[in-house]
Amino acid sequence: MHRGKVHKYGADVNTDVIIPARYLNVSQPEELARHCMEDLDKDFVKKVEPGDIIVATTNFGCGSSREHAPLAIKAAGVFCVIAETFARIFFRNAINIGLPLLECAEAVANTESGDELEIDLAGGKIKNLTRNLEFTAQPYPPFMSELIASGGLIGYTRKRLESRRV
Amino acid sequence: MTLTEKILAAHTDKETVSPGEFVNVRVDLVLANDVTAPIAIREFQKIGLKRVFDPKKIVMVPDHFTPCKDIASAEQVKLMREFAREQGIIYFEVGRVGIEHVLLPEQGLVLPGDVVIGADSHTCTYGALGAFATGVGSTDVAAAMATGDIWMKVPPAIKLVYHGSLGEWVMGKDLILHTIGDIGVDGALYSAMEFCGEAIDALSIEGRFTMANMAIEAGAKAGIFRVDNRTQLYIKPRAKRPYRVYEPDNGAGYAKVIEYDVATIEPQVSLPHSPANVKPVSQVGNIEIDQVVIGSCTNGRIEDLQVAAQLLKGRKIHDRVRCIIIPGSQEVYLDALTRGLFEVFVKAGAAVSVPTCGPCLGGHMGVLAAGERCVSTTNRNFVGRMGHPESEVYLASPAVAAASAILGKVAHPDEVTG
Ligand code: SF4
Repeated sequence: MHRGKVHKYGADVNTDVIIPARYLNVSQPEELARHCMEDLDKDFVKKVEPGDIIVATTNFGCGSSREHAPLAIKAAGVFCVIAETFARIFFRNAINIGLPLLECAEAVANTESGDELEIDLAGGKIKNLTRNLEFTAQPYPPFMSELIASGGLIGYTRKRLESRRV
Repeated sequence: MTLTEKILAAHTDKETVSPGEFVNVRVDLVLANDVTAPIAIREFQKIGLKRVFDPKKIVMVPDHFTPCKDIASAEQVKLMREFAREQGIIYFEVGRVGIEHVLLPEQGLVLPGDVVIGADSHTCTYGALGAFATGVGSTDVAAAMATGDIWMKVPPAIKLVYHGSLGEWVMGKDLILHTIGDIGVDGALYSAMEFCGEAIDALSIEGRFTMANMAIEAGAKAGIFRVDNRTQLYIKPRAKRPYRVYEPDNGAGYAKVIEYDVATIEPQVSLPHSPANVKPVSQVGNIEIDQVVIGSCTNGRIEDLQVAAQLLKGRKIHDRVRCIIIPGSQEVYLDALTRGLFEVFVKAGAAVSVPTCGPCLGGHMGVLAAGERCVSTTNRNFVGRMGHPESEVYLASPAVAAASAILGKVAHPDEVTG
């Protein structure tokens, strides 16, 4: 079980506002985290606390393929992102690096900034403690659960290569 | 099967694949650039392998911040250059390099029927040549460099049919902007866009690159065209290996079919701050501008520069406007030079740059200040994309961009020639 405070945003949050290109001449996650969400919400880095949760409506993470975006979010201390839908490259990047994502339109519709959520990742359960509501996110397909269980794509690839060798 | 499914199936151990299925797909080419390669290299090293699966199927292109704009970007490029040298990976140095999505097709590195992945969202550009090409992340590239394959969910395909013939000054850019304006920035989310129809048959290879390039702006995984004579003419002198042409089956299942009559489409503009915020130029009103950029992986090819030159010849850039023209590669640069286009540009009062992404992502070579407005032939007009978060980007074709540069406001080419 995880508990965290919500920062809520709207539709089509793109990777250029999550981490503007002017900061892409470096690639260290901690450096990137200092500018996370800067062009959308200047105060995000001041407000965010370890374990917080980003909630957004549709097409979260659209735009550039920069993995710097989920890296910045993760390094800023965000525990997971909940949205109605995610842009596809952002989705794979986040799963690949071990930033959990949950798709759940009802949770998004019934959650506002400042709410406290309780998350059970394995069961896909989202509880809004502030409003006393409970939701279930889309389950991951089996392949993706395996990827997540391996700690992301690098761990998964290591395992695949090892099994090829035997 | 759709064209997309045919190509993907041929790169798995399966006879057929269908939408929604997770498959491991063998890749013919893996791409990364100076922004995404450093993370990919770091992650590759964590896997613990000494060598990449096949260095001749990996290409690294320093194009975003090059020639390096500052020390930090020089360090990123250095890391990538040294890794490429040590592994024998294909690498292009400044003076030979171009914007990746202009460069790779020119070099014959991408061929019909290929599966290409790139740690750059505009990797979908290569769909113009009948390849399945898609943008992925740096960690995907790291894993593919180790194994030669990648996990994918087979996308459903949307068929887009363009009827009729294009009006004067209407280009591939206008078709794709119109389409994104119609279906929205997530209108093709998780899907492949397959482009066809007689307007597409008549469209130049450059125009097809422009359209495939912006498939991602509708949320698509790929944008793809069938291979025809034009494609073959482009490919034949460049290919250094055999390739296969795939055709969609007659009864292929599409998630959706969308049809347009292109005769009714006039030059288009995407207003800030979304590529889907599209209007015909004639309905934009009087919008004064400070800068024009003609270039990028969307519109930095020879046809784009020729169209701009056609309008700029014998005319002057508006007093208030800075017009920056960036050929997409050294090949385009030399071609433009020999055709005398640079003379036209310089006499008109434009600045001509070496190939680079530069201003497209607010990197260098034309970053915008607060409150400034730019008409750009690039593909994104998000908040802060070309510089200050309070600057504005208007996306358009090279014809509209050149006309706007001359008149100092968002303008239809007819206003210049008429
Ligand atoms: S020109 Fe722009 S969109 Fe194209 S690869 Fe470069 S930064 Fe990306």
